Amino acid sequence: MLELIDTYWLYFLVGQYPEGPLGGLALTILLSGAALVLAMPLGLMLGIARVSTHRAIGLPVGALVQLVRAVPLLLVLFWVYFFLPAVTGIKTSQTATMLIVLVVFDSVYLAEIVAAGIRALPKGQLESARSLGLGYGQALRHVVLPQTLRHGLPSIVNQLVSTIKATSLGYIIGLSEVSFVASQINTLVFTQAVEVYLILALTYFVLCFGLSRLAFLLERRLQRRPVAAT
Amino acid sequence: MALFDPTILQSGQYHDWLLQGLTLSVQLTVISFAFALPFGALVAVMRTSTSKPLRAAGATLVESIRNVPLLAHLLFWYFAFPELLPESMREILYENNPEVICAVIALTLYSGVHMAEDIRSGIRAVPATQLEAARSLGLGRVAAVRLVLLPQALRASVPPLLSQTVNLWKDTSVATVIGAAEMMYQAARVETASFRSLEAFTFATLAYLTVSLLISGAAHLYQRRYPVRTAG
Amino acid sequence: MIVLDNVNKYYGDYHALVGITERVEKNDVLVVCGPSGSGKSTLIRTLNRLEAIDGGRIVIDGRDIHAKGVDVNALRAGIGFVFQQFNLFPHLTALENCMLAPVRLKRASKGEAREQAMALLDQVGLAHKADAYPNALSGGQQQRVAIARALAMRPAIMLFDEPTSALDPEMVGEVLQVMRALVRQGMTMVCVTHEMGFARDVADRIWFMAEGAILEKATPGEFFANPQHPRAIQFLADRNRH
Repeated sequence: MLELIDTYWLYFLVGQYPEGPLGGLALTILLSGAALVLAMPLGLMLGIARVSTHRAIGLPVGALVQLVRAVPLLLVLFWVYFFLPAVTGIKTSQTATMLIVLVVFDSVYLAEIVAAGIRALPKGQLESARSLGLGYGQALRHVVLPQTLRHGLPSIVNQLVSTIKATSLGYIIGLSEVSFVASQINTLVFTQAVEVYLILALTYFVLCFGLSRLAFLLERRLQRRPVAAT
Repeated sequence: MALFDPTILQSGQYHDWLLQGLTLSVQLTVISFAFALPFGALVAVMRTSTSKPLRAAGATLVESIRNVPLLAHLLFWYFAFPELLPESMREILYENNPEVICAVIALTLYSGVHMAEDIRSGIRAVPATQLEAARSLGLGRVAAVRLVLLPQALRASVPPLLSQTVNLWKDTSVATVIGAAEMMYQAARVETASFRSLEAFTFATLAYLTVSLLISGAAHLYQRRYPVRTAG
Repeated sequence: MIVLDNVNKYYGDYHALVGITERVEKNDVLVVCGPSGSGKSTLIRTLNRLEAIDGGRIVIDGRDIHAKGVDVNALRAGIGFVFQQFNLFPHLTALENCMLAPVRLKRASKGEAREQAMALLDQVGLAHKADAYPNALSGGQQQRVAIARALAMRPAIMLFDEPTSALDPEMVGEVLQVMRALVRQGMTMVCVTHEMGFARDVADRIWFMAEGAILEKATPGEFFANPQHPRAIQFLADRNRH
């Protein structure tokens, strides 16, 4: 086992870099982080639209959210990877494809987190902000969203965990993320499948469990020092 | 070549492939569900037990399975697990559709622990006083859990469990990675053979959408007919 | 200052406000009282358009507040509203709570807003709590900060919706004290309250409401000594018994 790690640790961590594009664990982490960051503004807008009292805005967004959640991520990945190039004529790389799909999925789930947070805030907060003369947009920006996002932080961290797990699907379209690299290593070594896949599982575990603990601690901190309006 | 040719979906070889894929997807869902639910209930009871070692074991199971992506589970069960089996058992496995068996194992464990968490939150939703009342009547712990706690917990758990079932249905798609010939596998196969990605993926999309919406619809109906009746 | 002209409001079939026609002059202190569900909160909330109306007009400072082209935000900036539940912004300190609107609505620079906020907090007796967050303040303190926050916009009118109803009894006094000071400064005020002692001391007029209508209006002297309407008589009798 140690020899295995010793020989392949670098490949596992960064893929073929620098002789090739970035891969392995580094790609998994970077892709997940980038997707979540890029999805934030979109998720915020969708979430605000979700709670809008104007049915023309709220309903279509709601329908879109339901649609995206009813379909497997892998299917969306296939659509973007196989079908989109046929339509646009541009052959997107596996990395770009994965990023697009992750951003779409993350925006939808973040939208739900934002919408739930806004709905959970006591009505009086918005009312008192509006009573001071602040417009709806200003009230959102300075009063509602700061509280919503603070409360939603544990959920957002959990969404990061989901994203990290979702990157594994890139394997199926040949993306060199960490599961794909592990399988490559397995093919090279051939006789140590158990060790290879246990290390893969352990890697994911440390990363994801660590982050979920962080989310849990954040949640505890939020409850002890109530940033909540009572 | 027409833009969208629905005829290939209605009959012929591609149609057959896609239908076989759909059938296997449904079978994987149903079989995995049948194993995952009792497994989940068991783990949930472990996690809420008064025995510290049992609680720790339950928590370990949940966290170690939940924090690893389904794809990695599938890879492990298909490529690594057989190596651990004695020669004779490995033979049996390889002769009997190993892709499906390994997929079911992975899906059962992965879905099972999520269901365990849903049931656990259902258990927590039942006030502690219910168990106290049951014990005060003289019921032993096991009987109290079985007759008073679990029925109420399960009713509260139904909405998240139905949601988890939708997830399970979607998760069967990942089994394609180990070569299980479910719907995604077949859709990709049709695409490779005919370059008709639009028709194949539309079929898959409609199939997934329909079943997901059916299950979610059932959840809504259930919540309307059996609202959670608390003890007042 | 405020003119209500045949204001009506319905919640579905329920007639929540019934043909309210009244005036409030500048510097007036008006107390609205009555049993629960009488429409007192609804009425006061229509004045800054937190509630819509279904009929009639509301004219504030000579302008119909529902006219086309009225900027509702500008309207609300000129009216201070104090809620029963305080509604302080928990992610901001007391000082920041008072500074938010003036700065964001461009009424003052950050420096000016800070000075003004400190002066107002001092006025309500909480200058030493300027940097405290709401969760570190008692209910009475939070409500006083809420009053300071409303005053920071230099409103011409202050509206109070049961400002002391959510407070423990020992804290009611400190809030009423702040309100009495405002009366002495000549602020035009409409207060929905159950505090009859306060009403008796500072109100210019009392409106007694029940089932959406103003059944009696009188000066405090008249109202407490010699109520006319049977519902008002009943109401005061119930109060005295407790």
